[in-house]
Amino acid sequence: MRSHIAVAAAAFAVGGVWLWAFLSTDSVWLFASLIVVAVLAFAFFQRFDAAGRYRRALATRPRRAALFAVLAVAGVAGGLRDQAYPLLMLCTVLLFVVACIGLNIQTGYCGIVNFAGAAFFGTGAYTAAVLSAHGVPHLFAIVAGGIVAALVGSLLILPVLRTRGYYAALVTIAFGILFSTFLEVNSALGGPQGLKLPGIDLFGWRFNRDIQLGGASASFYVNYLVLSLALALAAFVFARRVERSWLGLAFDAVRLDETAAATFGIGIARAKIIAFTLGNLLCGISGATYAMMQGFIAPNNFTFGESLILVSIVILGGIGNPLGIVPAALVIIVVPQKLQFIQEYRFLLYGCLVILILLFRPEGLLPRPLRNYFPESSA
Amino acid sequence: MTLAEPVTVADWLLTCRGLTMRFGGVLALDSLDLHVVQGEILGLIGPNGSGKTTFFNVLTGLYRPHAGRVEFAGRDITGHSPQQVCRAGIARTFQRSRLCLPLTVLDNVLIGNHPRLDNGVGFNVFRRRALRHQFDEGVETSRCLLATFNPDLAARLFDAAATLDMIDRRRVEICRALVNAPTLLLLDEPSAGMTHGETRELMDDILQIRASSSALTIVIIEHEMNVIERMTQRCVVLNYGEKIAEGPFRAIASDAAVQEAYLGQAMTT
Repeated sequence: MRSHIAVAAAAFAVGGVWLWAFLSTDSVWLFASLIVVAVLAFAFFQRFDAAGRYRRALATRPRRAALFAVLAVAGVAGGLRDQAYPLLMLCTVLLFVVACIGLNIQTGYCGIVNFAGAAFFGTGAYTAAVLSAHGVPHLFAIVAGGIVAALVGSLLILPVLRTRGYYAALVTIAFGILFSTFLEVNSALGGPQGLKLPGIDLFGWRFNRDIQLGGASASFYVNYLVLSLALALAAFVFARRVERSWLGLAFDAVRLDETAAATFGIGIARAKIIAFTLGNLLCGISGATYAMMQGFIAPNNFTFGESLILVSIVILGGIGNPLGIVPAALVIIVVPQKLQFIQEYRFLLYGCLVILILLFRPEGLLPRPLRNYFPESSA
Repeated sequence: MTLAEPVTVADWLLTCRGLTMRFGGVLALDSLDLHVVQGEILGLIGPNGSGKTTFFNVLTGLYRPHAGRVEFAGRDITGHSPQQVCRAGIARTFQRSRLCLPLTVLDNVLIGNHPRLDNGVGFNVFRRRALRHQFDEGVETSRCLLATFNPDLAARLFDAAATLDMIDRRRVEICRALVNAPTLLLLDEPSAGMTHGETRELMDDILQIRASSSALTIVIIEHEMNVIERMTQRCVVLNYGEKIAEGPFRAIASDAAVQEAYLGQAMTT
């Protein structure tokens, strides 16, 4: 077990170096070879079930695993400290991870397919924009972003509860389109021009100032990285705890067989409302943070297309597994950015990549394992 | 087994009067009067489409009857939701297996224990130690219950239900129905899809469970007449949603109306 933990730590270190190179490289060939290396390493681990062994070993030490993840990201941040753009990409990935963990609670656990993820993300963003313009403390504005998204979701849940499957999905699609159209025509919220936001200011810690530590300096995006990482970890732990509990069991029962679930006393509506609200809360919080990091939001940030990106991250990662969301978000967000040199062809290549992954891994990069309520004590 | 004393209305656990269920123009239940005596095993038989499963679905709240009244343990439960019926103490299995195959055996059994589990968000997310306590209890209860059916099954508590064979899936389904200690168990064709040997084994298990908890009353839908003969004290025969006969198996097997429902009318020349 100890040696497995040591190997896992080494894997995190190698992963950190890989991520640093992946985010910062400008060379086409280096980028391509990094992807090939990742695919080979992944195939190797899958082939010998090594990934499973190390995953289980790490699962018995969840705090250790979180520490490794933080150290790896800290290392990457150190490596990228003065490169604003790669840092921004990494922050974006982490914030999308938060939103997708929210969608995963809805779709992956409870079976509510939500094609309006960007609408709830956007609700959080616009809430933060309006509140911060009125001088509301920023921490409160971010939390309020989540709460308002959850409240807006409680309107949408009414038609969702009355429909199932495709029909419920259609309801969310309609809502997503409604939302971005509403923003376009609403001049109080800036219309198509959107709104500007101030940088985050948490109790005097001003995020938009470059960091000076001794003689070294770092881009101000490191501030946002710290916050995004904290949010991502918190969302991850939260989702894990939801999954590994009676609540997660009730969600699964509702997703897999509503009739049987009802027969055993599970309140279908209650489960769906809780899952939907928790998911939208996470979407809203991540949207609010994202908006303040970007400093500017417009309706075209929150279109149906963005919702599809969120859903495809959840599917590509492996529906129901929050861990899979991390590599999936990296692929879906970073790869198109890195392929900008081939201009329009980048979406072609990127589309091929997603299809290839799902061809070889139809259940996503990391399919959901069986539920283990207390893995930390099963050593 | 015969009941020593004559059964009176006071011994009726479940009473249905004038129960009617329509699907479009089809009368699935036609003002059905039926009662279940406390502690008995009642067989519910009848040709395909005679309304047996519909009766279960109406009882458990999946369908709302168009007319009639259902009384369970002295309380009116007509038109109650499935959740309320579950809380009242009625559990069931389904004709087609309705296990959650991607979940573990433990998860499947514990779904049946839902009314006893704490489902608050705060409890589940933040009170992990208390959750742990409930979890350990749940594992112990499930293990004991599964072991009465099949000790090998108890050892597979943490395997996916999808890896089990048919008879073990049925056992898990029955355990899921039993884990919350219901007063009335409804078994919908437990022998479906199994061999005769497996069916016999499963019936032994059910009789064993019943011997250990005498309070359990069972209604069983079956097409296998030897199962009905062996398991039940009393049978009700349905045809086109109506009760056409009632009594011990031997009596109804020789009943002309029952034979007609199953085999068709005798040729009269």
